[in-house]
Amino acid sequence: MDAVEIARWQFGVTTVYHFMMVPLTIGLGLVVAIMQTMWHRTGRAEYLRMTKFWGKLFLINFIMGVATGIVQEFQFGMAWSEYSRFVGDVFGAPLAMEALLAFFVESTFLGLWIFGWKQLRPGLHLAALWAAVLGSVVSAYFIIVANSWMQHPVGVTVVDGRPVMTDAWAVFTNNTALVAFPHTLMGALGVAGAFLLGIAWYHLWQRRHDGIDTVGEDGRVVVGEAPDVPGRDRTDHTVWLRSLRIGAVVAMISFAGTGITGDLQGKLMFEQQPMKMAAAEAACHDGTGFSVLSIGNVGARDCDDIVAVIELPGLLSFLAKGDFTTEVKGVNSLLDEYRGQYGASLPDNPRYGERAGSEVQYVPVMEVTYWGFRMMIGFGGLAALAAAVALYATRRGTVPRSRWLMRLAVVGILAPFGANAAGWIFTEMGRQPFVVAPNPAMAGSVDQVFMFTAAAVSPGVSSGEILTSLVVLTAIYAALMVVEVRLLVTYVRGGVASAMPGLAPAQHKDDDDASGGKPADDVLAFAY
Amino acid sequence: MESLPETLPALPTVWFWAVAVLWIGYLFLEGFDLGVGMLMKLFARGEQERRVLLNTIGPVWDGNEVWLLTAGGATFAAFPHWYASLFSALYLPLTLTLVALIFRAVAFEYRGKIHSDRWRAGWDWAIALGSGVAAFCVGAMLALTTTGLPLDANGDRVGGPFAWLNGYAVLGGLAVVAFALVHGLAFMALKTDGDIRSRAHAAFVRWLPAGVLPLAAWAVAVQLGTGAWYSWALTAAAVVAAATAWALGRRGSEGRAFIAVALFLVAGAAGIFTAVFPVVLPSTIDPANSLTIANASSSDYTLGLMTVVALVGLPLVIAYQAWTYWVFRRRLTVGSIPTAHSVVPATVRRLVTGSPAGGS
Repeated sequence: MDAVEIARWQFGVTTVYHFMMVPLTIGLGLVVAIMQTMWHRTGRAEYLRMTKFWGKLFLINFIMGVATGIVQEFQFGMAWSEYSRFVGDVFGAPLAMEALLAFFVESTFLGLWIFGWKQLRPGLHLAALWAAVLGSVVSAYFIIVANSWMQHPVGVTVVDGRPVMTDAWAVFTNNTALVAFPHTLMGALGVAGAFLLGIAWYHLWQRRHDGIDTVGEDGRVVVGEAPDVPGRDRTDHTVWLRSLRIGAVVAMISFAGTGITGDLQGKLMFEQQPMKMAAAEAACHDGTGFSVLSIGNVGARDCDDIVAVIELPGLLSFLAKGDFTTEVKGVNSLLDEYRGQYGASLPDNPRYGERAGSEVQYVPVMEVTYWGFRMMIGFGGLAALAAAVALYATRRGTVPRSRWLMRLAVVGILAPFGANAAGWIFTEMGRQPFVVAPNPAMAGSVDQVFMFTAAAVSPGVSSGEILTSLVVLTAIYAALMVVEVRLLVTYVRGGVASAMPGLAPAQHKDDDDASGGKPADDVLAFAY
Repeated sequence: MESLPETLPALPTVWFWAVAVLWIGYLFLEGFDLGVGMLMKLFARGEQERRVLLNTIGPVWDGNEVWLLTAGGATFAAFPHWYASLFSALYLPLTLTLVALIFRAVAFEYRGKIHSDRWRAGWDWAIALGSGVAAFCVGAMLALTTTGLPLDANGDRVGGPFAWLNGYAVLGGLAVVAFALVHGLAFMALKTDGDIRSRAHAAFVRWLPAGVLPLAAWAVAVQLGTGAWYSWALTAAAVVAAATAWALGRRGSEGRAFIAVALFLVAGAAGIFTAVFPVVLPSTIDPANSLTIANASSSDYTLGLMTVVALVGLPLVIAYQAWTYWVFRRRLTVGSIPTAHSVVPATVRRLVTGSPAGGS
């Protein structure tokens, strides 16, 4: 493997990993902020418990997002210095704004929230959480703006061969960003929804399994309590049932939302990167049919090997254009267009290294685009279906006793993570061979901007260096994933009492004491 | 060194100073939390003291670290060529920095989450080593951007993965590590009470001369290369500030000594940035390959946009971060730390017969 391949693997590994934590941070953050708002308005114990419990899991996950996010900001310069030089005038600005306008808010106010249970008035404490959560939403916007410019460069003119920003408004209201941003937020909600649903299901199941909750003659739940187990009182049941229902509703909103925004995004992509969408369909020839199943040789980039097994006529046209008859261009005709416009081979330029003069692969890896697209939709749909089933199954106040159903609900937590990852892998690999995809609306213009990924890596950095960091970061990320999951599992098993040690056995008096046995005034409400 | 151009481009000049302010802000704020991190191993006696140290920076360290991200992001936005050349040339040390920062961040949050000595001991090492390595690497990077790297005409590193390694890198690394340690001691004397406070203050006074020496040496080295009278003056002011800090420390003024040490950093770093201006990254191969504010910067349009954003954003950041320090201004003692608790599964323990113990 040469430096380009290794650097791409590194970017892929670190980014997909980082984007495990990000959607949970955004989605769960919003949910916890709403829970604390409900507590603030109603004063009801279950909302405080929900805030504390889900807030604890939120923090365990949040820090991993912080830690792996630093890598993201550094590696453009480290591994992709030619890219950084080429796009810096446009691309650096949203990154700097993300740090200045979002990360500062997120980190500072989250610190205030974690440690400020006593120091801040309740309203201010709640506002600190909202500020932190909105900070993470704003940060998503800026990074999507940066990414969307790679997908669809706008607002620039070319000076000395490099894009120079001339219209910030165009960059920050890039139509690609305006649909990708809500699509990403909706995807994040899906992660939070399934997370709530799976964990709450586990606790409702555990309560039944332990004989705390039973089901009466009429099929309705009879809520009990276990005085020996910290936190397992009647309120505890409300915590989990309400969490489950919130999670299910959030997951269904997410699926509807990702569907609507995804449709808009798809229609844009058919215009902006037709090859990506043709590859998403493995659609070789022009046509109107959406492939339900296509098969081909593994690794095939040659379209002739692919056979559409099941096709829905007209659906592809609907996805692309909103009608059932417009022919959508397939890979074969697009290939000729791309070769004509951007050259059949890479320029004979030393910056391309050994690849100089070699043929450009305009067709992305179709197994990835085809299946990535379907996994994104499939996993999302699965989570929404599970949510509907869960709402129905818990209509009488608890979950069935089946251990397998409980396990399914817990494993189902992974589905929206899979959908998010598949979506990003699809859209990023579908953009290849470009790191900055050409904007077809600019075709032929002197201000047409594009960059081949092969030209983007750091010329001065050896592949050995990049391989070193790839191996080191992957190993550390894998180890930390084990640690994070272990911690999450420990805190999930502990229930609300894991986040509120004040919930001592057979003690229901105070729900707002997290200091664990030392109620004195000078003891911190929370300490590391 | 080539003579200064007659007229310097206005916005790149502004952004040179904006980036300098961000780096100084980072060294000032994260300086003490990196120091406290290292002192977890070097100073604290026993678990309770370690927790006191940790919680003096608990609510603020993450906000401090964002200064690094912002300095990096602002460099990318304002001087893409500086960002690209510096970060790619220092590939391995920056990888090490990332590893250190990852472990350190995760350690802060995870250390107290499991009630076990082994668990905590592991994360203590992550905090102490992570802080030390991050401080060293950031110092090396800053020293090298002020003293030069072997760059070709495209701004790419010539030579192998370790072509950057020289005396300045080591000096800069030591400078930030040593400064962070004394700055951290001064911060702890301000943020704790009782035994920790008096020990931290005594250690601060004892170690201050050693703590400021490498940074002063780096500043003087830069002045000897490209210093002007005003950058020399700043360096002299830094030395005066350090001496003042020492005198104040000996008299027992914790707050004023802390401010004086901070002034040492600000004046010393400002002297360095002033001396190298308008060069942002010299090439040690050929001065013609050096990156300057003129040939490394973004367009005036982008810089203008960023100026507006920074003028709105940065004062706000400073205001709410200052407020955070006000909210958490109380001194901590061993007694302020709540008892650690273990997390146990919320399941009913079964009797031998298998019937639930809880329930009805």
